[in-house]
Amino acid sequence: MIKIKKNILLIDQHDKNGLWAGKFGGNWVPETLKKPIEDLTQLFQKLRYDKQFLKQRNYYFDNYIGAPTPFIKLQNLTRHLGGAEIWAKVVSENRGTAHKIYNAVVHCLIAKHAGKKYVCGDTGAGMAGKTLAMVAKKFGLKCKIFMGSKDIKRQKLNVEVMKKHGAEVIPVTTGSQTLVDAVSECMRYWVANCLSTHLVVGSTVGPNIFVKICAWSTAQISKELKIQMINIFKKIPKKVKLINCVGGGSSAMGFWNEFMDYNLKQVEFIGVEAGGPKNSKLHAAPLTNNSKIGILHGAKQYVMQNKEGQISETESISAGLDYPGVSPLHCFLKDAKRARYTSATDEDALAAYQLVTTLEDISPSLEPSHAFAEAIKLAPKLSPSAIIVVNSCGDSLKDKFIIKKRLGSYIR
Amino acid sequence: MTSKILETFLKCQKEQRPALLTYTVAGDSTKKQSLEIIKSIGEHADIIELGFPHNTPIADGGQIQESSHRALKNGIKLSDVFRLVKNFKQSKYAKPLILMGYFNLILQYGLLAFLKQCKKVGVDGLIIVDLPYPENKYFANQCKQHGITFVQLLSPTTSKQRIKKIIKDSHDMIYYISMLSTTGGKLKVPSKKILANYSQIKKINSRKKIVIGFGITTKTIVTLKKADGLVVGSQLCKEITRSLQIRQNPVTNLNRMVLNLKRKII
Repeated sequence: MIKIKKNILLIDQHDKNGLWAGKFGGNWVPETLKKPIEDLTQLFQKLRYDKQFLKQRNYYFDNYIGAPTPFIKLQNLTRHLGGAEIWAKVVSENRGTAHKIYNAVVHCLIAKHAGKKYVCGDTGAGMAGKTLAMVAKKFGLKCKIFMGSKDIKRQKLNVEVMKKHGAEVIPVTTGSQTLVDAVSECMRYWVANCLSTHLVVGSTVGPNIFVKICAWSTAQISKELKIQMINIFKKIPKKVKLINCVGGGSSAMGFWNEFMDYNLKQVEFIGVEAGGPKNSKLHAAPLTNNSKIGILHGAKQYVMQNKEGQISETESISAGLDYPGVSPLHCFLKDAKRARYTSATDEDALAAYQLVTTLEDISPSLEPSHAFAEAIKLAPKLSPSAIIVVNSCGDSLKDKFIIKKRLGSYIR
Repeated sequence: MTSKILETFLKCQKEQRPALLTYTVAGDSTKKQSLEIIKSIGEHADIIELGFPHNTPIADGGQIQESSHRALKNGIKLSDVFRLVKNFKQSKYAKPLILMGYFNLILQYGLLAFLKQCKKVGVDGLIIVDLPYPENKYFANQCKQHGITFVQLLSPTTSKQRIKKIIKDSHDMIYYISMLSTTGGKLKVPSKKILANYSQIKKINSRKKIVIGFGITTKTIVTLKKADGLVVGSQLCKEITRSLQIRQNPVTNLNRMVLNLKRKII
């Protein structure tokens, strides 16, 4: 049985080859990228303990992104469902309207330290792209965003914002024209431009160092939450369920990080993957569906693939979860049985969105709506002493057109 | 025992010219046609590189992506690739053959099962794009035990210390990537600079045969002819695309192009 070590950050529990649990992650990259990855690894290792750098990071986290984001009880939803208390960590209230901005700020700070003038990044729902474009502009960095053309169409509001912030948005027309292809194209771009350009992988995926930087950045969410919970409940309650959607897995890693060493019975982690349209077999849910281990974007992970090893096409209403692979960290948590994973369908997510927005004054995007779907299912089965916290990690505005089309109207 | 790959390099050396290596994708544009292509260009090429396509490549440029896409659309599988190799190896212009691709396909097939099958059909070498040193130590060693050349890659970003380690661990042939680019990019580095880097590597161990690839076309090939070998890939893939568009036979067009390449380095 794979075990998680206590008192060591999960991101640091890999071996010298960059593998977690000896089998997830690593650096399966073309030779050309070995050196830039090694350089970035050394730089990050230095900066993460550098007082000046941490001061800078904290300054931007507190004053620019805005910390802490609200932690609120969803009283009406709790009353409506009966059972456990339901709370939300409304991460979407930050300046970037999603957790992606933590990763963007840290990467841009690193890029500045490395003396790079350009950043490039991938995006699915457009949140990683939007926040990177915002932060790059602020820091005076030129920015290129790679995005699948299918996603450009369905998340066009975010595309407009990226352009407004001066980023060049490059449509990716290969394959399924979604996030998986955007990440591939962005990596190809980096292969050719690695000396001048800093690569920002938008989630806890990709070669080892990118997984680490992203999870280190989003950990801010659970740092805030832990303090907020202790302020409200005096201590961490006896039965807590932390529910988070999982695509690449960056928001979930950030949401869970500070609670890693708690007993599973006290703080349970539940990850909700994208089940796609009802009756569809094109799931973006490798953990739920017991996919085989394969290599995608430089890392070993559970990944949706056919027998030959070709990566499967996926389908989900939420562009941000529409990814055939998942972070090696989540593969580790699954095998160590520290987290459990399930999926919600497009229809479940829409129904959850509708219920939450009808009863409460928050407006989660379709990604966290998957997490709310699981919370709605789970709450009535639990006692009123149990606390469910959902990470509401994205704002629905980007999904305006999809929601309007599927539910008839969108009011925000 | 001298490998067929090494024999080929020694033969070319005697003729005082670099070896010509071609790269095409198995199954492009159909399984049958891709076999016809390598059977035909084997007449002029010294070593044949054959790609087995993957649908999430992280180092291929547009031309090769397009070829891979066509091949996958036509349902190419590893079993077909092995059949192609077997057929080619029994043909009139059979040459040493190197399979090139991404590691996940081999991982899913099973490392040893894959090598056994390679041996059986006559594969001489392997280039795995996303299996760098030291991740490739075990697999490269297994290749050696199966009598298959594992081709290590070196790039302009590879540090001197690392180059030494990789060369020490390499078999007969090493692939030097000419510039920072995906495949099919325009040669954006002066040939002189590429050859200077090449000489540096060659100095470390002159017995290793070093081929240069990326950005090599009928236009640029002549400037690099001092190398042990030169790889042309994207231009051939592009020629297949062009031939299909104007409804010409890719087989005859590629034969002509490879002959043309050969003439420039004799």
